[in-house]
Amino acid sequence: MSEEKTHIVPYKTQVIVLFVLLILTGITVAVTRLEFGALNTLIAMLVAGIKATIVLAWYMHLKYEKRLLPMLVAGVVILFLLVLFVTFFDYSYR
Amino acid sequence: MESPTKPISYLDYKGEYKGILGWIFSTDHKRVGLLYLYTMLAFFSVGAILGLLMKIQLIAPGYTIMGPQTYNSLFTLHGIIMIFIIVVPGLPAVFGNFFLPIMIGAKDVAFPRINLLSWWLYAVGILIVLTSQFMGDGPPDTGWTFYAPYSFQTATNVLPAVFGAFVMGFSSILTGINFVVTIHRMRAPGMTWFKMPLFPWTLYGTAWIQILATPVIGITLLLIIAERTLGIGFFDPALGGDPILYQHLFWIYSHPAVYIMILPAMGVISEIIPVFSKKTIFGYKAIVLSTMAIAFVGYFVWGHHMFTSGMSGRALFAFSFLTFLVAIPSAIKVFNWVSTMHKGSLDLQTPFYWAVSFLFVFMIGGLTGLVLGSLATNVHLHDTHFVVAHFHFIVFGGTGFAFMGAVHYWFPKMFGRMYDANWANLGWGIFFIGFLALYLPMFYLGIMGMPRRYYDYLPEFHGGNIFSSLGAIVLIAGLMIIFINLVRSARHGTKISEKNPWGGTTLEWQVDTPPTLENFEEIPTITGKPYDYN
Repeated sequence: MSEEKTHIVPYKTQVIVLFVLLILTGITVAVTRLEFGALNTLIAMLVAGIKATIVLAWYMHLKYEKRLLPMLVAGVVILFLLVLFVTFFDYSYR
Repeated sequence: MESPTKPISYLDYKGEYKGILGWIFSTDHKRVGLLYLYTMLAFFSVGAILGLLMKIQLIAPGYTIMGPQTYNSLFTLHGIIMIFIIVVPGLPAVFGNFFLPIMIGAKDVAFPRINLLSWWLYAVGILIVLTSQFMGDGPPDTGWTFYAPYSFQTATNVLPAVFGAFVMGFSSILTGINFVVTIHRMRAPGMTWFKMPLFPWTLYGTAWIQILATPVIGITLLLIIAERTLGIGFFDPALGGDPILYQHLFWIYSHPAVYIMILPAMGVISEIIPVFSKKTIFGYKAIVLSTMAIAFVGYFVWGHHMFTSGMSGRALFAFSFLTFLVAIPSAIKVFNWVSTMHKGSLDLQTPFYWAVSFLFVFMIGGLTGLVLGSLATNVHLHDTHFVVAHFHFIVFGGTGFAFMGAVHYWFPKMFGRMYDANWANLGWGIFFIGFLALYLPMFYLGIMGMPRRYYDYLPEFHGGNIFSSLGAIVLIAGLMIIFINLVRSARHGTKISEKNPWGGTTLEWQVDTPPTLENFEEIPTITGKPYDYN
């Protein structure tokens, strides 16, 4: 299509994102040393989710796309969460 | 040299390579579609013969032609071939590849090289699966579902079969991505979403399932490999794993996979019925929306395969409810097809016979699915021949009949030749009778309690099994007539150059017969709706 355009992300942004990801990785590691019981898993999943979002948004340029692509990705994430919910619906009531 | 003003057909086009290399290295979507078709026909023949051998074994109680271990291996290989090699890639890989670009007014799919890579992955996956038959400890005997914990305990060659299915999964994902991008980006000018024909619509719904569900089975199969080779306890209770988790993961893919099989079949039927009724399709938007509804709701019904596995009561209720829910959009389609035929000018040709018989067997398959979706009846019928009959009515009766309808419908366009209609109709008739004789008794046998996957049975099941086995022989006779007629006609059938032999209104009937390399000399601009017979 003719209105095709590319977006170049500056190095500075790339490096900032890299450091944020490293900090979040550190948090994931640190949390494993604390005893929160079942919450440990939840926190780890939450941090992983934030990291995935950051990678999608900046490194995979979703932030700079038109609305359709972010919507498609959001749809996939919602579907994934629904599948998890339905699966654990079984486990929670067994 | 061909004249630049008169492009030659894709069949006559001489590219960089000659002979078979001109096919296996061609990125033309039509040739890739035919590659899939030929591969599938070869393996379908093998799968059908395996099925026939099983039915001959069951013609009498006890040992007839094989023992239990051979029988276990046969139904496993039959399942793997028919599911992973035939019906999952099935209609999208063959007719989707061939006709999707033409039907939306494009010259090819969005990623032609990835398209060819898909076929190569598919072929390599098949070869890996085949190695499982001839190596070490004998062919796998787990059934196509590879259920835990048995799939970790059996000494047979489970790993190559699992790995082959894993590789074929990549083929499916790549095809799905290709189709989604093609439909989003390459529709002809003026072809808005609701001016797109219904077969591409069903391919679109299917493609999303391929993209979203197939990775789940890929990861699950990898977990099996990790468990068998590294002893990590994901599913084996002896190692602290949970076998029901395996069933969840397996069916999270494999139930949507049934919709991968059946949605394009519904698309084919939606193409055939208006053309042979000479009438605008009834409820175009309802068919489109029900397609997407099936694709979505169908994603959440996997648990109905596990009603007796030990899930929680609340999960059982939820899955049963969702299963009933998915019947609604399916029924909407059936009503629309019947309404399209109502007061139409019916043209009784071979593709139409396949479409109408599809309706008949699909209705039986669908309604018996509700019997299985109901918790109380499921407990009685689980793992009986009733399930086998239901499944074959849906997958063979649904997808298989639609596939046959598609072959007979698009054959003249694909090959520029016409098959012998009398032989085609005779083949259909014999096949249809054989199909009903083969599978209808299985409902009765299942209700009476005959379990599936047993090489032997109690004497009271003998009558039904004789009937069913004879039906299998009749079905194979019908298949042979159909195949011989089609194969012969592809080379020696009456040549036709007419663009629109059936009077269709979609774009594939406006291009040359057979299509030229790039389908369209000039990309058309779409102004009307796809099935306008007014």
